[in-house]
Amino acid sequence: MTLWLRPRGRVYLARNGANDMLNRAAVGQLIGSDRTELTLTGLWEIGQVPAFSEFAASETALLSIDANDVIDWDSSLVNFALQAHLHAVTHGYTLELALPNGAQALLTLALSVPAQAQVPNTTSKWTQFKHALSPIRLSEQLGDEVQSLLEFIGSFIAATAQAIAGKARLRSVDIMRFCYQAGPNALPIIGLTSLLVGMILGYLGAVQLQEFGAGIYVANLVTVGMLREMGPLMTAVIMAGRTGAAYAAQLGTMQVNEEVDAIEILGISPMQFLVLPRVIGIVIMLPLLVVYANVLGIFGGAMVATGLGITPLQYITQASSSLALDHIGVGLFKGLIFAVLIGIAGCRAGMRSGRNSEGVGRATTNAVVTGLVYLIVADAGINIICQILDI
Amino acid sequence: MSETVSTPKSTVAIEARDLTLAYGDRVILSDLNFTVNRGDIFVIMGGSGCGKSTLLRNMLGLENPAQGCVHYDGENWQEASTENQRRIRLNWGVTFQQGGLISAMTLEQNLSLPLELYTALSAAERAEMVALKLALVGLAGFERYYPSEISGGMRKRAALARAIMLDPRFLFFDEPSAGLDPLSSRRLDALIASLAENLGATVVMVTHELDSIFAIATKAIYLDNVSRTLIDSGSPAELRDHSEHAVIRQFLTRGATAKTKREQ
Repeated sequence: MTLWLRPRGRVYLARNGANDMLNRAAVGQLIGSDRTELTLTGLWEIGQVPAFSEFAASETALLSIDANDVIDWDSSLVNFALQAHLHAVTHGYTLELALPNGAQALLTLALSVPAQAQVPNTTSKWTQFKHALSPIRLSEQLGDEVQSLLEFIGSFIAATAQAIAGKARLRSVDIMRFCYQAGPNALPIIGLTSLLVGMILGYLGAVQLQEFGAGIYVANLVTVGMLREMGPLMTAVIMAGRTGAAYAAQLGTMQVNEEVDAIEILGISPMQFLVLPRVIGIVIMLPLLVVYANVLGIFGGAMVATGLGITPLQYITQASSSLALDHIGVGLFKGLIFAVLIGIAGCRAGMRSGRNSEGVGRATTNAVVTGLVYLIVADAGINIICQILDI
Repeated sequence: MSETVSTPKSTVAIEARDLTLAYGDRVILSDLNFTVNRGDIFVIMGGSGCGKSTLLRNMLGLENPAQGCVHYDGENWQEASTENQRRIRLNWGVTFQQGGLISAMTLEQNLSLPLELYTALSAAERAEMVALKLALVGLAGFERYYPSEISGGMRKRAALARAIMLDPRFLFFDEPSAGLDPLSSRRLDALIASLAENLGATVVMVTHELDSIFAIATKAIYLDNVSRTLIDSGSPAELRDHSEHAVIRQFLTRGATAKTKREQ
């Protein structure tokens, strides 16, 4: 048997083999007519002790627990005593405790602040799950979401109007900073994806069109496809992941650092000071990035087309024949709308993040997810309108 | 700043009436009634989690109370128009727990922001004022630093410097000395006291630093964790010696009574 001396000189017995049985925590029980006595002995270590519930007797008038003879103890002994105390309180009998000094002190500490009366959430996970799926709740949530989105857009429009009227405090240095973050830094990734999307469109078209001997129309397909649809959409998707998420993270962190509160106290509208420059930044840069994406996409299509035996000159001639102003216009208009939506989704998520670090993570996810949903919905909407207006 | 602002005659600077604060259905504090007199250094105390910071946020209008209102110089903040709220806020200087400096700006830009917004000072005059206020909080020469480049305690002092840029009539502090070393903390106390005295500012402070409380507070309220309301108010010494609530006497004597009992 190994013996260790603890700092306070208490003898600590290591558990090994047969000795273990001798030192095991035990409770001697003596039940009288109106009095129950429990004598605690052995080594009281977490995981090695009997539970109080085994000895709980609710009919007794007095329960006496004597733990002065335990060899050593840890919080399991305190827990035993605490359970006894709670049981005694609920069943209304007297409890006499004789605990080692330290254990008594810990028990006193545990009982010094009364438990909070109400438990915030007692519903089971399953009830919560069912509740989360209830259509009434979902529609309520959707309603709240739409309402708060409209409120945000409303105050955003008000801030924009003030800025246009020259009343807002817009710092050009802020706008430049966000333009730089949104624009030049995004060139490589948008370049790569647009080139590849152009090539994908090229292959897709080439395979189908060549069956009809119309392979040359690949140029038209890629050009119109990039200008009207894939250019703006792919750029916006990347910007939602890059810039929208960055906005949410920046503003969320500012909420955590109480910067947003400080700005509000200074009498500055966070909408004007924080949100507007960010949205302006992306609104300026996204259409420019769309133009860049279009050029690279059409170039990607050309690479595929030359591989299929169409000469570059043929491709360029064919492509420029479909390079109509309305396609370009629709694409740029989409870019503009997408930029506003991504900016608003990102900033709104950041402003709503709450004042803890967990909220920042949630805000970032939220910014990307809502940003993408807005994009797709807006894209579909614009396409339908274009169809009706015959653009 | 010159004495252009006419200070109202009444001695009551801030008055809270029947404030009840809640997050959703969870009531944090209820039925708070208290007044802060002009020139007071008013301390909100209480155990952790009792809602001190929440009370301050509600007083600052960053959150809206479930019930009741706060009057500043007799004006009901909760019912004031946005324009009036803005005007009332101009008299406030607030130092948040984290400081709340704008991280994308240098200390100089942070500090000169209120001046740019509300005064017609030239850039050179602003720079002088910024240098003065930074010197007051012991940060002379730190103009070009970003908040992320200085320590937490320095950020807090810089935030105080920003709060006093416009020589406000009300100063609010959320745990000003938390995270400061004892010397800086005493320095900050002295600074707050002298600002209150020399600018005639009314100070509202959330803190549980006993040294600060006894050094500078003129009035204190105690928010109780259990009953979730304000249980006593008065000067710190009065509360320590004569409060009818044992918990307050213990709080103000660092639990000395409780400790002696245990040691016996």
